[in-house]
Amino acid sequence: MGILDFLKRKPEPTAVVAKERLRIIVAQERSNRGAPDYLPLLRNELLEVIKKYVNVDLEAISINVERDSGHEVLELSVALPDGKPAGNAAT
Amino acid sequence: MSAEIIVVTSGKGGVGKTTTSASLATGLAMQGKKVAVIDFDVGLRNLDLIMGCERRVVYDFVNVIHGEATIKQSLIKDKRYENLYVLAASQTRDKDALTQEGVEKVLDDLAKDDFDYIVCDSPAGIEKGAHLAMYFADHAVVVVNPEVSSVRDSDRILGLLASKTRRAERGEGAVSQHLLLTRYNPARVEQGEMLSVKDVEDILGISVVGVIPESENVLAASNSGVPVILDENSNAGQAYRDTVARILGETRPMRFLDAPKKGFFQRVFGG
Repeated sequence: MGILDFLKRKPEPTAVVAKERLRIIVAQERSNRGAPDYLPLLRNELLEVIKKYVNVDLEAISINVERDSGHEVLELSVALPDGKPAGNAAT
Repeated sequence: MSAEIIVVTSGKGGVGKTTTSASLATGLAMQGKKVAVIDFDVGLRNLDLIMGCERRVVYDFVNVIHGEATIKQSLIKDKRYENLYVLAASQTRDKDALTQEGVEKVLDDLAKDDFDYIVCDSPAGIEKGAHLAMYFADHAVVVVNPEVSSVRDSDRILGLLASKTRRAERGEGAVSQHLLLTRYNPARVEQGEMLSVKDVEDILGISVVGVIPESENVLAASNSGVPVILDENSNAGQAYRDTVARILGETRPMRFLDAPKKGFFQRVFGG
């Protein structure tokens, strides 16, 4: 900190940047923690229900949880076998 | 007759786990406790060097687990404190050398031998060695540097401590978590170049049990194989003493959080 430092414009301290980045990533990683545990089970149970109507296998179902500012989206996608009237995918 | 098991862990490597394990174990021994400190870093033995007993390792942790030596034969008695013992890691490259049953038996045998504290020096990462080091713990000292990757990794470790430990699995109450901030440089914090104690506490949502200032004496101590806590003239050594006292339940104010005041000429002309 010498006399000439007064002439420089101060950028945002890097510690502030670090804190903000960490605050966001830590919150995101904490919210993902534990959440996927029930997803495989949910997937299997959904498969059982769907199988009553359409013959699909386990790989045909994909489940994702996505978090956006303030809300969560559970995205479920089922790829139906070829030749069915319902088309290729239902979401 | 039960020993308190303390894991020293961090996730990220190179943040000061072994330095902390050596000083914590020595500090507890200075308080008259009977202490064993175990190196869980199989393949990369280093605690023996920091404790200054590297030339006295005959049998190691894996020898005990495989029944090739007894725990008594394998414990290395510290030169300075007769109630302090070191169990070295083996230099084997076999990653599966440690087993949960084997580790449990060693810890049980130490407890039967009237040890008050068992300090488990975890390897970096979240693989088997790190998992086994924390699995049986009653207390955890999570070592963190004021730096982004270390802070993020320590949050991962805090999550694992809350779920992947015997206490968590048995519903015996949480492992008590102590956050230890090391390599702290107050001058850089004041310049806005380094996360502050409060920043780290805010991000992780847990308060620190101690702050160890960055210090030349830490390297000097490891050079000579003397845990830095024994260097009573160094800030780092004193900060470790405070930390051990706090872990034992004492209340002590944090020290060395402010940069040394600069003189008039330094402030005007820089430097």
